[in-house]
Amino acid sequence: MTLLVKGGRVVNPAVNQDEICDILVENGKIKAIGKNLPADGAEVYDASGLVVAPGFIDMHVHLRQPGQSAKETVITGTQAAAAGGITRVATMPNTNPVIDKAILVEGMKYKAEHEGVVKVEVIGAISKGLEGKELSAMGGMAKAGVVAFSDDGRFVEDSDFMRKAMEYASMFHKIIIDHCEETSLVAGGQMHEGVVSAELGLKGRPAAAEDIAVARDIILSEITDTPVHIAHISTKHAVDMVRRAKARGLKITAEATPQHMILTDEALRTYDPRFKVNPPLRSEEHRSAVVEGLKDGTIDAIVTDHAPHTWDEKDQEFSLAPSGFVGLETSVGAVLTHLYHTGAVDLMTIIRAMSTAPARLLGVDAGVIAEGKDADLTIIDLDKEWTVDASSFYSKGKSSPFDEMIFTGKAVATVVDGEFVMKDGVVLK
Amino acid sequence: MVSIQGKSLLGLQGVPKEEIELVLRVARKMKEVVNSDNKKLHLLQGKSIVNMFWEPSTRTRGSFEMAAKYLDADVINFTPSGSSIQKGESFRDTLLTVTAMGVDAIVMRHKQEGSPLYASKCVSPVIINGGDGTHEHPTQALLDLFTIQEVKGHIDGLKVVIVGDIDHGRVARSNIYGLKTMGADVHLVGPRTLLQPELAAMGVTVHYDLDEALKDADVVNVLRIQRERQGVGFFPGPGEYNTFFGVNQKRLKNAKKDVLIMHPGPMNRGIEIDTDTCYWTQSSIQEQVKNGVSVRMAVLYLTIMGGDDVDITR
Repeated sequence: MTLLVKGGRVVNPAVNQDEICDILVENGKIKAIGKNLPADGAEVYDASGLVVAPGFIDMHVHLRQPGQSAKETVITGTQAAAAGGITRVATMPNTNPVIDKAILVEGMKYKAEHEGVVKVEVIGAISKGLEGKELSAMGGMAKAGVVAFSDDGRFVEDSDFMRKAMEYASMFHKIIIDHCEETSLVAGGQMHEGVVSAELGLKGRPAAAEDIAVARDIILSEITDTPVHIAHISTKHAVDMVRRAKARGLKITAEATPQHMILTDEALRTYDPRFKVNPPLRSEEHRSAVVEGLKDGTIDAIVTDHAPHTWDEKDQEFSLAPSGFVGLETSVGAVLTHLYHTGAVDLMTIIRAMSTAPARLLGVDAGVIAEGKDADLTIIDLDKEWTVDASSFYSKGKSSPFDEMIFTGKAVATVVDGEFVMKDGVVLK
Repeated sequence: MVSIQGKSLLGLQGVPKEEIELVLRVARKMKEVVNSDNKKLHLLQGKSIVNMFWEPSTRTRGSFEMAAKYLDADVINFTPSGSSIQKGESFRDTLLTVTAMGVDAIVMRHKQEGSPLYASKCVSPVIINGGDGTHEHPTQALLDLFTIQEVKGHIDGLKVVIVGDIDHGRVARSNIYGLKTMGADVHLVGPRTLLQPELAAMGVTVHYDLDEALKDADVVNVLRIQRERQGVGFFPGPGEYNTFFGVNQKRLKNAKKDVLIMHPGPMNRGIEIDTDTCYWTQSSIQEQVKNGVSVRMAVLYLTIMGGDDVDITR
């Protein structure tokens, strides 16, 4: 079967391309890119007035399987991804059981193959059971196809253990992704430490906790010569340290979420658990520093940290509610509205951070529109106005800090291997 | 006409001056009742109030219960040990259950900050915050304001010093909001580990030297030091705390001659306050307890029945 995506503005960061052209797809692969390509019986999708980008990749997602299917499943999570314009997700291993050995990776890949609406990559744990004590079976998991290692949700506290984990992981050419919040400083913390936490009487999670953790990881990355990726970076010092580490040629990369680039701790004033997340929403000086980091290339990727919880779990007293919220269905709208339309970040940078860069970090053959590559495309209407309605999400998680916000810009179609998995907001699988 | 009928009292943040003045005015009349031989009024006859205390409390709960009874409301006490909370019922469901019994007001103390606000969104009865974690304790602050006004005749322009564990102190935050609204000059003092400088953003002056803070003070409100804070990095021990932050007669020489000493109780005598000071003629610590009942009568009456005054003739 063939598909002709006609007349769209192709924004293709890998080759620095931004022009109106057609894309011809055959048997799931890109056959040709050019002007006025003939349809020759192909299904024609009129993309005039729309942006056509390499399929977006979200490298920080919690699909919650195995073991937490009340929060999310491979089916609902990948439906949410398709709805949001995401063609590939990488799922975190903090599940039950923890994905810390090959058989579990194989199980997830099998499940994703059969049930996934979009492509699913698996991230393996750094430590057995995420306990930060014993190395997980990294080699076996690498053979089974993991794209990275992470104990996400927890900081790898023991520096000697982390050093060994980096050294060991380096043999398999996979990145280490660390959740950087030094444990003792954030114990019992509920939100960013600052003026707002002081007034609310909530224990803070200071920016210093992230700064210390990031500094340590940069140092360990240097002595082990291992690529380390800083998850959901959120403080100005952390951004600056990553910037300087990159300038020194170290193998440090970083990702940031829409929430940390758009929202601040002011949102917590109503004690609403839908704004509760780790690392916490921080103050304006940190928020703007993270946006600067994205602009100047310090931050490589935009991720959601899609972390669904059940309604009952989130509907509790603030301090008892779990941290985290969904993001797959809002990331494109949030970023376009608050970073692109405000003029803060250009479109090429945003698309690179959502496609080309995560593909490179995970080592997957994607993130570029080129002949012979998988036809994974995200098609965007930059000016479409819409209102976020969390209750209508495909995800099982209905808690979103962006709920009821009006966004400008939306993914209007998602193509995976040449097939539409979403059109006009409706998931087709 | 100012009325707070149907309004929950979640905290003193954002509560306008006229509403605070209304409570203080009605509380003055309630105090006449409390001081009289027959303490029973029938102003809340036929109304029901539930005290939901998720955290142990003797004074606040007792004070609310007494206030409700003096006004002839039906009052029940609801505590976690005697309820379905221990069977795993959610906070929302517990609130819905109690509401279904037809209560007019819920007085609640809860360990989690912000839970009264959450409760007010879940159910319709008036919610009175009896202390939420380390956030607010508005009726304590109202009774402190009442006491200051009673002794000093006014609140505006007074230098009020709050001493002690401010970070973990719900009394402190409510006092700050109330005192600021009423025009006082608020100063905080305590060990750096228990008093974050960020609190200055609330429009107060932060000190770490007690003598400096007490200079020319009109009112000194001494907060309880919680013993569980010692030895875990907040301060070394009671002796050292007393040396640097204990309020005593010698230290008070810096304050104004007619300085008023307050303490919300329960006191650790010899730690945050010396015996010579807590039983001093210028200490209002026992009077505060009495005022607590009067102020809570005013709050219950005004939030349930409304109006901008009260008729206490029998």
